[in-house]
Amino acid sequence: MDKKIPAVSLHGITKTFGSTVANDKVDLDIYRGEILALLGENGSGKTTLMNMLSGIYFPDAGQIAIDGKDVVIASPKDAFDLGIGMIHQHFKLVDVLTATENIVLGLEGKLDLKAAAAKIRSICDAYGFEVDPNQKIYDMSVSQKQTVEIVKVLYRGADILILDEPTAVLTPQETEKLFTVLRNMRNDGKAIVIITHKLHEVEAISDRVSVLRHGQHISDLTTARTNAQEMTNMMVGHAVTLNIDRPAPFNPKPRIVVEGLTVRSSDGILKLDDVSFTANSGEILGIAGISGSGQKELLEAIAGLQPVESGSIFYVEDDGHRQELLQKDPQEIAALGVSLSFVPEDRLGMGLVGSMDLSDNMMLRSFRRGHSVFTDRKTPHHLAEKVVKELEVSTPSIATPVRRLSGGNVQKVLVGREISSAPTVLLTAYAVRGLDINSSYTIYDLINRQKKSGVAVIYVGEDLDVLLELADRILVLCGGKVSGIVDGKKAQKNEIGMMMTRLGGEA
Amino acid sequence: MFDFVSFIPRAVVQGIPLLYGSTGETLTEKSGNLNLGIPGIMYMGAISGVIGSFFYEQSTTPETVSVFLLLAIPLLCSLIGSLLMGLLYCFLTVTLRANQNVTGLAITTFGVGFGNFFGGSLIKLSGTQVPAIILSTTSGYFSRPLPFADRLGWFGKLFLSYGFLAYLAIIIALAASFVLNRTRTGLHLRAVGESPNTADAAGINVARYKYAATCIGSMIAGLGGLYYVMDYASGIWSSNAFGDRGWLAIALVIFTIWRPNVGILASFLFGGLYILHMYIPSGMNLAIKEIYKMLPYVVTLIVLIIVSMRKKRENQPPASLGLSYFREDR
Repeated sequence: MDKKIPAVSLHGITKTFGSTVANDKVDLDIYRGEILALLGENGSGKTTLMNMLSGIYFPDAGQIAIDGKDVVIASPKDAFDLGIGMIHQHFKLVDVLTATENIVLGLEGKLDLKAAAAKIRSICDAYGFEVDPNQKIYDMSVSQKQTVEIVKVLYRGADILILDEPTAVLTPQETEKLFTVLRNMRNDGKAIVIITHKLHEVEAISDRVSVLRHGQHISDLTTARTNAQEMTNMMVGHAVTLNIDRPAPFNPKPRIVVEGLTVRSSDGILKLDDVSFTANSGEILGIAGISGSGQKELLEAIAGLQPVESGSIFYVEDDGHRQELLQKDPQEIAALGVSLSFVPEDRLGMGLVGSMDLSDNMMLRSFRRGHSVFTDRKTPHHLAEKVVKELEVSTPSIATPVRRLSGGNVQKVLVGREISSAPTVLLTAYAVRGLDINSSYTIYDLINRQKKSGVAVIYVGEDLDVLLELADRILVLCGGKVSGIVDGKKAQKNEIGMMMTRLGGEA
Repeated sequence: MFDFVSFIPRAVVQGIPLLYGSTGETLTEKSGNLNLGIPGIMYMGAISGVIGSFFYEQSTTPETVSVFLLLAIPLLCSLIGSLLMGLLYCFLTVTLRANQNVTGLAITTFGVGFGNFFGGSLIKLSGTQVPAIILSTTSGYFSRPLPFADRLGWFGKLFLSYGFLAYLAIIIALAASFVLNRTRTGLHLRAVGESPNTADAAGINVARYKYAATCIGSMIAGLGGLYYVMDYASGIWSSNAFGDRGWLAIALVIFTIWRPNVGILASFLFGGLYILHMYIPSGMNLAIKEIYKMLPYVVTLIVLIIVSMRKKRENQPPASLGLSYFREDR
């Protein structure tokens, strides 16, 4: 294998953003007929490195060679011409255009959409994709959009494919489908790089692993000859235990009782249909489901942010007294100790203000307290310092606008703030989305601490492996209905996967 | 009986400057640039043409005048004037990434002021008693109707009685629609306005498309100003005569939900609404007329409400309208 000429060879690549060094003299080889997993924590520079290969960023120093020849990649177009195609974490698609229009975007020559659609169909047949060339992007599911992205780079004749966290938004079934396609492409002689921090996926799909840490290239491993523990240690820089604690539920008593909850979106689509369940104090209730199955609406209904068509939500006090939450406004609900930390796809959308700094964002929760017209800036400032220290947020300073932080760090700030408000009910969605192992474990630990102090935690998660290890009970949503509630200790991953796609999980 | 044969041609000539303005602004907005400088650019297009035409008319006598130069000089001056305004807007918003709304409003203020100032200077130079410049020779050629117009009765009056710039406006609007919807350039332009990130990653030169669309859009809008002076106003320039037509053109863009071909009929409708007050008998009560003058804006509001309620994705403004783009922004 050492004799082969690498399809891509990066040498001494360095890139800085202001005072942050994103990549520091990185060397990396990518070969054809091989799937390389690029592994690293948040902010370790994986995406930045690949963005330089695809022409989005330009390196400050270093040399890139394709098939042994030195090249300069100054723009995305240069990258296409060299056969490099990148599938970004945030899809680069124009919503109001069709699949075909998106795929031919940026190409030269006369516009012939019919011929293009025919070529798309033939690519789909060759690798086993399912795409309707005339469907508008805004009508597509996340997995369909991703397929369009992959077809787009193949259409341009790319034979070096880079996928940035492709599985972050997919169900286990969709992930399996994607992996089958990737294997087909590898066998076809394409070079594939997959950026991820899910170790079981690295083990399932890749041939080789490269680990980045703090912008530096740490080592290259052959997947078959390593294991999750070794990879984690390299990624983090010190030994980490990979087991999630699941302390026994602490004195569980019903805290939130939801009965027959039905919610319609503003366009009249049924989002939640007759949902009933109980969340206990001192317990973690996991919520599983394909994205868009009503998770967001459910949490927002409990927090009082979502108009409800019918049903009721009760908050049960310690003495058994029930309060109806639906008649209260969000502020009153929050005063009861119901705290919502929802991490939407763009992370900043709900909860944080991008152009405000850390302590101002902390203040968003507390500015109503106090009795004078002046705000108290000291407490939020201390809180921000505490969150930065405890969750190891990497930020130049407390006064940095949140927008400038990397995604994972933004998330830590949000979750840290919500937990700090000492809630009695903690609603959290996708708390670890896009977070690396180390930070994820910090968050799991924080959630467990809340559980031990008697908080009722409702945890909406994407990673079924984590849900199965963390949650005491798992509620599975399917198309807005409760598909079932299972015991987290006994449930099987496949069983939940089936319940996510079919009511009750029957085949 | 409402006199349609006299009303419709007047609605059309009112509509043509709006059509130019809205076609230009639609192209501009499709690239993601919200150019609120259009009213000023239309002023600039008008005064530039007037300046060129004024000096040419002064330098010749009726015996030596060349028809070609009489038409070409104002046209060229108008195009250059509005092109410079478009370039200025692009330099500020695309290259320097200044706020588009502020830049646009500044350009409008500048264009209107520029027009009134140099219009005033020319009036001084011409030494006439009335506070206006009269370019009747030039205007005669600009507003010359198609042949046979006066021999074909109502048909000629409705369809053939306009100057060549009116027909050019319709051709440009149809061409703009064709380019936007049927060509690769149009596809790329729409992508730039919807999602510059995506377009950039697809290898499209975002800045070039923004510059090109905005400058071409400005030149088209500038022609609207020229048409107004040379044809509609019979070659008479006076301060502030152009009025609020530039804003009406921007309203028309929303009214047509960013479709230049729809703009053709919509501009005539707007033109009709704009002058409807002259055709409605209101007696001595002038206040009623003011209410009728609001009609175009009321109709735009109604269209906005309907379009927003239907929430059809194709009918929304370009997604990145008004935002500047920087590739390495984090």
